Amino acid sequence: MAGSSPGEYIKHHLGNLTYGELPEGYVRECSGRDTQTLTESTWTFACNGTEAKDMGFMAFHVDSLAWSGGLGIIMCLLFWMGARKATAGVPSGFMNFIETIIEFIDTQVRDSFHGKSKLVAPLSLVIFCWVFLMNLMDLVPVDFIPGTFSWVMTSFFGWTAQEAYFKIVPSTDPNITLSMSFSVMLLVIFFTIKAKGVGGFVGTLALHPFESSNPIVKTILIPVNLLLETIGLLAKPVSLGLRLFGNMYAGEFVFILLAAMMGTWQFIGAWPWAVFHILVITLQAFIFMVLTIVYLSMAVEDH
Amino acid sequence: MNINMTIIGQAIWFALFVFFCMKFVWPPISRALEERKQKIAEGLSAADRAERDLELAQEKATANLKEAKEKAAEIIDQANRRANQIVDEAKEAARTEGERLVAKAQSEIDQEVNQAREQLRKEVAVLALSGAEKVLGGEVNQDAHKQMLEQLAAEL
Repeated sequence: MAGSSPGEYIKHHLGNLTYGELPEGYVRECSGRDTQTLTESTWTFACNGTEAKDMGFMAFHVDSLAWSGGLGIIMCLLFWMGARKATAGVPSGFMNFIETIIEFIDTQVRDSFHGKSKLVAPLSLVIFCWVFLMNLMDLVPVDFIPGTFSWVMTSFFGWTAQEAYFKIVPSTDPNITLSMSFSVMLLVIFFTIKAKGVGGFVGTLALHPFESSNPIVKTILIPVNLLLETIGLLAKPVSLGLRLFGNMYAGEFVFILLAAMMGTWQFIGAWPWAVFHILVITLQAFIFMVLTIVYLSMAVEDH
Repeated sequence: MNINMTIIGQAIWFALFVFFCMKFVWPPISRALEERKQKIAEGLSAADRAERDLELAQEKATANLKEAKEKAAEIIDQANRRANQIVDEAKEAARTEGERLVAKAQSEIDQEVNQAREQLRKEVAVLALSGAEKVLGGEVNQDAHKQMLEQLAAEL
């Protein structure tokens, strides 16, 4: 994005490559192209932030999904290789690495989750490693991959530089983090129902935190409890997802600001922040995993 | 920062990866780790057992050694006693043999002395007879003087 103002530079770096449906009669005003009115609703790439917004819910962040999927596949392949090599004998270097991670996760799960489940440990493994890898993309200098993408798209596919949005850190996209945290919430509900039955689940929502032995008072308290517990239930995934998103977004924002201010000097300027950020990305992945385990543990335990 | 279908796409990725890890990653690795844990525990207990066995063997060896020493001492003692006994027996045998020899010699000597005496007695009788004959110039009747002669011989 040479020649653009810092504001535009930052804004461009924060935009996602969005593929979605534009409605019939929509007027496309893309910079560097002729204004165009759509005769029918069309699936296409958004050429600026306004279009991405106007696509509404029927849109995909292609970059987020591609990077998160790609990183997830890499992670799965690595662990799969480890699983194929796993023996009770003396582990090699690579196996040692895999086993260290597995044992670390296993310890966390054993410490916090007191039920029996075949799902929680692999779930925690995926969350920790996947979120870590997604966060790790934050440490790649901000223009390397988006710049390459922009160059390829403008040179070979006739895109304008403005259209070539490309965000490589999936965890700076709230869709990604909220998707994971709400998946966790669904699992929490599933675990609660499995452990306590549907009635038990409704009971946890309706009969706490205000309790009474008097049936009439109990009935009066149900709406209050329902309101409080529903908010509590929703607050968990929202906070879980937004915490990760907020931390990563803020970190990425600092990198982009440094790049906007310093240009090539960013490699020196961003170095201390990158070092500090290594801690943040690991910690955030760890927190996400631990909270998931804790929520699931709370779901299967009696209070 | 729009919320859109990405949220569903990501949930699908999430489910896929969790399913994959649950089916193909976690079970083999955790099984291997469990097996190794068991193997190590077995190895440690085997080492403990071996140590105990070694201790027992050492004790047994010490006991055997002690027993052997005692037995050896006993055997030496016995041998000494037997040797003394043999020496004593030999001494005894030698003494009796000596005594026997001495007695035999003594009896032989006695016998010869008696023989000589007997001979002498006979010769004395003859000699005395012949002497008396010469002295008397006559013949002495042997039969008549037999009693006297015998008396004489007995006095010798």
